[in-house]
Amino acid sequence: MASNFGFSISKPRVIDIDRNNLRKSNEILREMPELQSCIGCGSCTASCTAGNLTSYNFRKVHTLVRRGEYVGAYEEMNKCMLCGKCRLVCPRGINTRKVAMLIKRKLGDF
Amino acid sequence: MTEKRVAIIGGGVAGMQMAIHLKERGANPVIIEREPTLGGKVAGWYVLFPTFTPAEQVVAPLKQRIAELGIEVMLDTTVTAIAPTCVTLQHGQLLRCDAVALCSGSTLFDARIKEEYGYGIYDNVYTSADLEQMMREGEVRMANGERPERIAILHCVGSRDEKVCQRHCSKVCCVTGVKQAIELKRMMPQAEVFNFYMDIRMFGPGYEEMYREAQVAHNVHFVRGRISEASPLSEGRLQIKAEDTLTGRPLRMSVDMLVLLIGMRGNDDNLPLATSAGITLAENGFFHPRNHFLDNVESERKGIFMAGTCSSPKSIGETLCEATTAAERIINYLNRSNKA
Repeated sequence: MASNFGFSISKPRVIDIDRNNLRKSNEILREMPELQSCIGCGSCTASCTAGNLTSYNFRKVHTLVRRGEYVGAYEEMNKCMLCGKCRLVCPRGINTRKVAMLIKRKLGDF
Repeated sequence: MTEKRVAIIGGGVAGMQMAIHLKERGANPVIIEREPTLGGKVAGWYVLFPTFTPAEQVVAPLKQRIAELGIEVMLDTTVTAIAPTCVTLQHGQLLRCDAVALCSGSTLFDARIKEEYGYGIYDNVYTSADLEQMMREGEVRMANGERPERIAILHCVGSRDEKVCQRHCSKVCCVTGVKQAIELKRMMPQAEVFNFYMDIRMFGPGYEEMYREAQVAHNVHFVRGRISEASPLSEGRLQIKAEDTLTGRPLRMSVDMLVLLIGMRGNDDNLPLATSAGITLAENGFFHPRNHFLDNVESERKGIFMAGTCSSPKSIGETLCEATTAAERIINYLNRSNKA
C-alpha cells in the first residue's frame, strides 16, 4: 500500500450546534419536557445492567441526542433491556424507560 | 439609653435595614453612603429570585422608613478610616460615634479582565448587571436593535477562578443565571437559552424548584462546561467554545448574545479600612467576622460590627437578616458600655 503513510483523517469530535439539526431533539423534548431536567448524576448508568456489561451509557446517549448528535443513538438504545431500574433511581423522577423508547421511535432512521 | 451614635458605612439594603432597627431601639444611626443615592446594588436590579419580586419593592419601603424615622444620611461621602469611636471621612473630617457598622457591600467583578469573553471588545457581550438594566428599561435587544434569538449565559465569571485571584464562589450568580434565563424565555419564548455552568448551586428556598422550572417549563438548555472563549462572527454574532463535559466532547455554537454572570469581590478599600481599624481581612479580600457562629456579625475588634456582602457574597434575604442581628448586637454593646 504505497499510498498509505500510516495517517488517516480524523472526523471532528466537536459538537457543532449550528450544524446539527435540532428538530428531532426538540420533538423529543416537546414530548417529554422532563428529560431536560436531567442533572447528569449518572444514577441511571450506574444502576444499568447493560451499562455494567457493555459500553452502553444511557445518560451520555440521551445528552448527545439533546445536542442533536443522533448517529448511533438508536443502536445504543437497543442495548437497553427495558428493565426500568434506572427509572427507580432517577432523582429527578424522569421516566427513563420511556426516554429509551421515545429515542428509538424518533431516531430509527439515523 | 441616651442617644448613642452608630456610624453605618454603606446605604444599601444592609445599612438601611440596620439603621431602621437601631433607630427603633433608641439609638441614633447615621448612614454614610459613597453614592449619591441610597439602595446600593439592589437598586440596580430588576426582579429578585426566586419570586420575581421587583427589587423596588425591597428598596422603596426601606428608603421610606428611613425618611419617616428621620434617620441622618450622608450621601456622596467616602469613609477613609474607622475606629470603634470615630470614623474619618473624606478630606479628613472626623465623625464621633459609639459604634461602627460595616455595611459597605462588595464590588461586581470587572468582566473586561476575562478578556477571552470579549466584554467591552465585541458587541452583544453583556454582564448580568447589564441585563438587569436592560430589563428595567423594558426590552432586551442586540446592539443592532434586533431581538436575540439565541442567548448563552455563562456562570462563574470572576468566581472560582485562580486566574483572576477570585477563588471563592459568589453564591448568588447561579440563581441569578437561572432567574435571568426564565425572564428571557418569558419575554421571548422563541429564543433559545443555553446556560453554561461548572456546578449549579441552588442553596436556598425555592431555588432548586426554579432551576427545574427553567428546564422543564421553559426548555432552557444547561450545558456543564465553562466557555473557553468567544470570538466575533458577522453581524454581531459570537462563536463560543466549551466542552460539554457530560458527553466528553468539545462543543461550539454561535449566539446572538452572551451574558456573563459576574461574581462579587471584596471592595478595593476593604484593606485600608481594615488596616485603619486594626482588623484583618479574609484571604479572599472580604471582611471576616470574629467567628462564623456565635459572633458572626462582629469584627475582631469590639465596637466594630458588620452585615451584608462586605463579609462574603450572600443573598438579599440573608443580608437583611444579618443587618437585623447586627443591630441587636450593637444595642447590647451600647447598653453594656453605658453601664460601664
